[in-house]
Amino acid sequence: MPVSSTLLETPLVGWHAAHGGRMVDFAGWRMPVQYASIVEEHLATRRAAGVFDVSHMGRLTIGGAGAVDWLESLLTRRVSGIEIGRVRYTLVTSDAGDRPVVLDDALVSRDTDAPDGTARLALVVNASNRERVVAWLTSRLPRTGVTFADRTFETAMIAVQGPLAMTAVCGLCKPADATRIQSLGNYRATSAVVAGHPAAVSRTGYTGEDGVELVVDAGAAVSLWEAMYAAGESLGMRACGLGARDTLRLEAGMPLYGHELREETDPSAIGLDLAVNLEGRSFPGASHYAALRNHPSGRVRVGLRFDSKRSAREGDAVMLGERQVGVVTSGSFAPTLGTAIAMAMVDRDAAAPGTILDGVIRDTRQPATVTPLPFYQRDKQRA
Amino acid sequence: MAADLKFAKTHEWVRSEANGVNTVGISSYAVEALTDLVFMQLPPVGKKVKAGESFGEIESVKAVSDLYAPISGEIVEVNTALPGKLETLGKDPYGEGWVVRIKADNPAELDNLLDRGAYESLVGSQPH
Repeated sequence: MPVSSTLLETPLVGWHAAHGGRMVDFAGWRMPVQYASIVEEHLATRRAAGVFDVSHMGRLTIGGAGAVDWLESLLTRRVSGIEIGRVRYTLVTSDAGDRPVVLDDALVSRDTDAPDGTARLALVVNASNRERVVAWLTSRLPRTGVTFADRTFETAMIAVQGPLAMTAVCGLCKPADATRIQSLGNYRATSAVVAGHPAAVSRTGYTGEDGVELVVDAGAAVSLWEAMYAAGESLGMRACGLGARDTLRLEAGMPLYGHELREETDPSAIGLDLAVNLEGRSFPGASHYAALRNHPSGRVRVGLRFDSKRSAREGDAVMLGERQVGVVTSGSFAPTLGTAIAMAMVDRDAAAPGTILDGVIRDTRQPATVTPLPFYQRDKQRA
Repeated sequence: MAADLKFAKTHEWVRSEANGVNTVGISSYAVEALTDLVFMQLPPVGKKVKAGESFGEIESVKAVSDLYAPISGEIVEVNTALPGKLETLGKDPYGEGWVVRIKADNPAELDNLLDRGAYESLVGSQPH
């Protein structure tokens, strides 16, 4: 498929094209889906490390004396009291219509304070939702006290993931920074100089592996990427496209907006209770989500593991005997497991682990077992 | 690739054998473009197929693609070893990687297919 020239590009687009990246339109961005083999990129990340250009993700910054209170009123996770260097997974909800909707899922983090002592916060949102999240937040911006900026185009974001990711990243830092990065807990962030470039470093990711995500100035992206690639190659690191990113997150049981998570999703039904803190809070839709939590109904998210390598895909029906009990939200061959897996929304009476269901793949039924998520969990002892 | 092959625009190749039987496979271009093959569904021997209609499926990590019959006829032989050894498609697409053999209803249909040069210029103008 020819790729339109009107697509947005990351600072690394030239590198991708020069290294065999198969460029596709992803949420309006020209992005590599793979370089050579999705399976090889996936397995390199599980065994060694993968480096991913995730600059298409939206990077928003919030500052000013009112920043904490303002975000506290808008996000499903608590922001007041968030410590410097802490990252939280949150939903962004709006109640502008008849009923609240989930606009996106995001990471909110608190950076070191500004020189005037006011808080600085950051939000990382999905590329597909960036514009509407920016529009929604802008519509709720108070007249004074909060500054809000979309820094997506001034910065780049590189994820380094896998058992050797920390080795690769810390090898590009001076000892003090390396030590600080090495000692970061999960969902903690710091700033450091990596390969000579000031970077925001967070121990987060979307693969089920250990690793970090780095945000640098757009002008530093190619230099940092090439340094990372050069340092990582001997460790078995591979550059990975969005194809491997998707199979990795699927094995890790992570929801993806537009698939498992949608505007009308009840977060409880997809296992995201922890992303919605209702204790004494009043973000958009809080009472609606509280009522849903107290009266669970509707379909729930499950994992499906097929016996075959053949995968059900998004939109395929899930059957229990002759009854349709659900729909697949994501599905693929899982390179680490060697079989096909899927996530699906199914009726509660068909959701118990061990239940045998059928995925309907182009008129053929393929049996699958309801499997607890995640499908894949890294050996944390190894780290 | 061998010069005696003909190609469909949908990337299947055909080699005419004796007695009106035609061997059908998937071009090396298509195999390379698909990458990460995980599954293949083939028809039973005896099935009647029509030119341009799907006779099987090939699935990669990213997507499912149909295999289209380049000519009408009856499936007289199926490479049953292939679905268990999909890497053969990449290693030897015009030999061991053959997919089915079709007894043609109308050998004149072969004239509708592309020769090697025409196929190469077709795929040469297509980005992967």
